[in-house]
Amino acid sequence: MIVVELVKMLRRPRTWVTIGMLNALPTLVAVLLALTDLGPRPGTGPAFLSAVLTDGTLFPLAALAIVLPFLLPIAVAVFSGDAIAGEAAAGTLRYMVIRPVGRTTLLVAKLVSVIAFVLLAVLVVAATAYVMGTLLLGDQTGATTSVSGTSLSATQISGRTALSIGYVVLSMLGVAAIALFLSTVTDSSLGAALGALGVLVASSLLFTLDAAAALQPYLPTRYWLSFVDLFRDPILWRDVVRGVVLQGVYVAVFLGASWANFTTKDITS
Amino acid sequence: MIHTRSLTKRYGPVLAVDSVDLDVRKGDIYGFLGANGSGKTTTVRMLLGLVLATSGGIELLGRPIPGAAREVLPQVGSLVEGPAAYGHLSGRANLSLFDAMGVGGRRRTRQQRIDEVLEQVGLTEVGRRPVKAYSLGMRQRLGLAAALLRSPRLLVLDEPTNGLDPQGIREIRELLLQLHATGTTVFLSSHLLAEVEQLCTRVGVLDRGRLVLQEELAVLQAPTGRTFVRTPDPDRAQALLDGRVESRDGRHLLVRGTDAAQINAQLVAAGVRVDELGPERRTLEQVVLEATEQAPVGSSRP
Repeated sequence: MIVVELVKMLRRPRTWVTIGMLNALPTLVAVLLALTDLGPRPGTGPAFLSAVLTDGTLFPLAALAIVLPFLLPIAVAVFSGDAIAGEAAAGTLRYMVIRPVGRTTLLVAKLVSVIAFVLLAVLVVAATAYVMGTLLLGDQTGATTSVSGTSLSATQISGRTALSIGYVVLSMLGVAAIALFLSTVTDSSLGAALGALGVLVASSLLFTLDAAAALQPYLPTRYWLSFVDLFRDPILWRDVVRGVVLQGVYVAVFLGASWANFTTKDITS
Repeated sequence: MIHTRSLTKRYGPVLAVDSVDLDVRKGDIYGFLGANGSGKTTTVRMLLGLVLATSGGIELLGRPIPGAAREVLPQVGSLVEGPAAYGHLSGRANLSLFDAMGVGGRRRTRQQRIDEVLEQVGLTEVGRRPVKAYSLGMRQRLGLAAALLRSPRLLVLDEPTNGLDPQGIREIRELLLQLHATGTTVFLSSHLLAEVEQLCTRVGVLDRGRLVLQEELAVLQAPTGRTFVRTPDPDRAQALLDGRVESRDGRHLLVRGTDAAQINAQLVAAGVRVDELGPERRTLEQVVLEATEQAPVGSSRP
């Protein structure tokens, strides 16, 4: 069943259009930076962007920081929100369940397919950004400078890049779990996707509000950009660990709710 | 093959299905009749484990549903409320994905089985075209192909001829009869009386959630003990058969007694011309109308 879902995801035109669109923005940024040579001053703008002018190999991380706050969550919410509700609206959900595909199996397969999509999207973005970065912004030979100012070897950089890709995927899994839950509640994939995005918008807003300080450690978007800390020397683990735990809790709660709802639901679509 | 005990489904205050005891036997072509909104589709969905019953029990192929759905459903082919497929994929690709889902679809025989069912439903020509280019009738045939993919012992079909032209309806009817001849039991839900009358061996009638009739079609349509006569000389015929004519409507007479030959001989001997004559049988429409009118009117109607 998992294979079936992966095949469906990969054969769907929407998958590739979305990944193409995710790549468009970082590519545009790379072109603009190369043409104008005007980077944001250190400490402002998206993470790593000031550093990439001198070192194109850091551009994959800059690209992730560019797509992470908005574009990637939108894509994930759309895919995950469509997972069950889209099948229900197309009428294919009832045929899957009477095939029979167990409801739990179906939910797991959908989740795996969303994770695979996130991983694919993040890897394609990182790979494209690496190519664009080295081509347009130049490859600084030798050691790369960390965010803390010390230098990092190539192996350190690739190891930490892999860690941050994992972290980004986990962060997106939180979004996916919320959207998947809503997808089991409604038969409208648009409703599920927008509902999940609503949660993220609310979370981002509360994050900027001082009066909401007590809530802030629990907001789903709170630690999203903490993967930058992986490039400090030494690595600043505190926020990364909290982010992993927080996303873990969100994933567990919302997947549990999706499962409880979906396995006891009358399928009337 | 299908057996339910006091099957009931309540949606809030609405009683959609009310204590239904279905009994579909091996080798039946069972016609499940009912008006729109009578609870047919809800019943079918409960049989297949899509909707969970409020109370009552279901046995499919002798096993409980939804408990044994994993073992039972691979042997059941179904079409529920119209076909569904992924529009951007071809008919073949849809069948292939569908077969790969769940248990029971052997990969080694998949392509061969797809070829077979496409031919059975008459879609061989268009199997490679994307489904979004299909007409309603072609989608219906594809849905049927998906139901047949694993040579099921039981077919549960909800309005299978929906959207088909008369030619298509006849093809599907012949296909179902052919499958029935090779041992497949068919459960056919429909609101088309003519379709059921031509095809089915047993009939169940659902009215406002209650099963008001369940009987062999042959019994329902057994001779009523009267003979109908159509004659251009109704007055003379009535005079001749005096006392035995139960009713008269223009040139049509209904005569007590089942011996059509004797009545014919009597009329002809007296020089009364006869256009048509035979034992009276009720049409399914009459039977169904009678059954649904007698039923007590429930307070709930979805």
